[in-house]
Amino acid sequence: MSIDKVWVLAEISGGNPVSTSLELLTKAREMGSVVEAVSWGPDVAKTVGQLGNFGVTTVYDIGDTGDALPGAPVAAAIAGLVKSGNRPDVMLIPTTYDGRDVAGRLSAMLDLPVITNVVGLEVEGDEVRSEHGLFGGAKVARARLSGERPWIFVVRAKSFAAEPSPGAAPQVTSVEVPDIGARNTAKVLARHVEEQSGPKLDEADVVVSGGRGLGGAEHYAMIEELAKLLKGAAGASRAIVDAGWVPYSHQVGQTGKTVKPTLYIACGISGATQHLVGMKGSKNIVAINKDKDAPIFSVADLGVVGDVNKVVPKLIEALKARG
Amino acid sequence: MNVVVCVKQIPDPAAPGALDPETKTLVRQGKLILDDSDAYGVEMGLQLAEQAGGGEVTLVSMAPNNETSGLRTALAMGAAKAILVSDDALRGSDALATAKVLAKAIERAAPDLVIAATESTDGYTGTTPVQVAELLGMPSVTFAKKVSLSDGTVHVERQTEAGYDEVVCPLPAVVTVTAGVVEPRYPSFKGIMAAKSKPVDQLTVSDLGIDAALVGQAGARQEVTEVADAEARSAGEVVVDEGDAHQNIIRFLEQLKLI
Repeated sequence: MSIDKVWVLAEISGGNPVSTSLELLTKAREMGSVVEAVSWGPDVAKTVGQLGNFGVTTVYDIGDTGDALPGAPVAAAIAGLVKSGNRPDVMLIPTTYDGRDVAGRLSAMLDLPVITNVVGLEVEGDEVRSEHGLFGGAKVARARLSGERPWIFVVRAKSFAAEPSPGAAPQVTSVEVPDIGARNTAKVLARHVEEQSGPKLDEADVVVSGGRGLGGAEHYAMIEELAKLLKGAAGASRAIVDAGWVPYSHQVGQTGKTVKPTLYIACGISGATQHLVGMKGSKNIVAINKDKDAPIFSVADLGVVGDVNKVVPKLIEALKARG
Repeated sequence: MNVVVCVKQIPDPAAPGALDPETKTLVRQGKLILDDSDAYGVEMGLQLAEQAGGGEVTLVSMAPNNETSGLRTALAMGAAKAILVSDDALRGSDALATAKVLAKAIERAAPDLVIAATESTDGYTGTTPVQVAELLGMPSVTFAKKVSLSDGTVHVERQTEAGYDEVVCPLPAVVTVTAGVVEPRYPSFKGIMAAKSKPVDQLTVSDLGIDAALVGQAGARQEVTEVADAEARSAGEVVVDEGDAHQNIIRFLEQLKLI
């Protein structure tokens, strides 16, 4: 049984499909002959054209889930489709907050396994081989699923490039959310947007991250300043997120975001494997750290053994002087 | 107020991980420790039970060889008791099979609230808590960075891409917490002594009424076919800062045409 139909969970943010969903649609075109998208929220109609541009022929529109936390109702709608006989061979889900909720629910609803932290996918005959990092990315495991389909994969951001493939406008099919009782009782009361200027962390061309070596939360401001000067985004190691210096949304690493910018500057980050997995795909890496034996230097194209609190202010000053 | 906290006992992450060459599953030999990520959940559970004015925290864990060393750490922090599912049949279980086992064990404690970390430090699949919620028929709120309780409702500040959402959910419910949600306490000497005599209910798969063929290696529908070293990055130039190393960075930025 070959791989024919591939579904992609097209999550929408700010009126557009999230970048990982577009990456997955691009991969889906390579994997199967039919690519369909499953989407939800008030803005699905607005994104249909864009989804068509990425080769989608049918959009399953779950509609506006209102104030419900989306994981359970979206998964229930997808499970309903599958149980009614509309069964894809592969379901690709982006590693996002809601994507992971949908994946976990869907797996339990369909009694099918889900493979997470996927960074590579290849079709070999009738099988799909998935690749995942292990031990913070020091090793790569290849796995295959067998048995009943759909095979569900939760894929990390930036695993594939997003390339459009213009096609006809997709057909839109409405999908009902079945009644799932108590499961669907988590409600969003309010959304708080923390001020964010500049590019998004996982889309930025330059990422400047800070770690323990900064010495204190108050020094993180210079990381933000350097990021801004380079038109980049500011990231952080898990250590300073756990310590409460910066919000979790800045975290780069295994439990945070995967970034693959043109340039990554690690400031006062030792380079625990948990951090390396999130950034070692960067095209160029600069590391500044006091400890010459810090593991971060083993992946850096340019390493500076020194105090971040001395090197970074001088760097900022030099950049400002250039105007 | 009965709170269940799911905890995982893992090999020390500071020690290099290893895979069994035969089964390509994680080797869990030697002493296991409480996953750091779970200390936040244990602390959160203890604080919520205290604030509710009564009730207790029950730990639920699945581990090989009746391993309890990580559980003792959490018991020393103040959890009242533990349920440990340990069975050779569970070796190689995937996330869904693990969730089935945990769900059956959690049911025994009749919880009002189930807390777990967003993901474990060793396996980090990050789907198990939501699978547990589905199997228990409960709502779930993931990525909590703040949790409080009132009138049978849990209030959560849930991390989002842009900031956070305020989410409410009726109990019973499953909540996953991020690191930093609360500051975990260190076990006191008294706590450590008391933990030694706290009850740990050790169960097997058949005690839970689960078919052994559906869990572990036998039930896994995922097969790891190959494990290889990741493509290594090589170290580049390293300079020691003598007061002007920022100039090296400037030159590097120029080469990349970023400035």
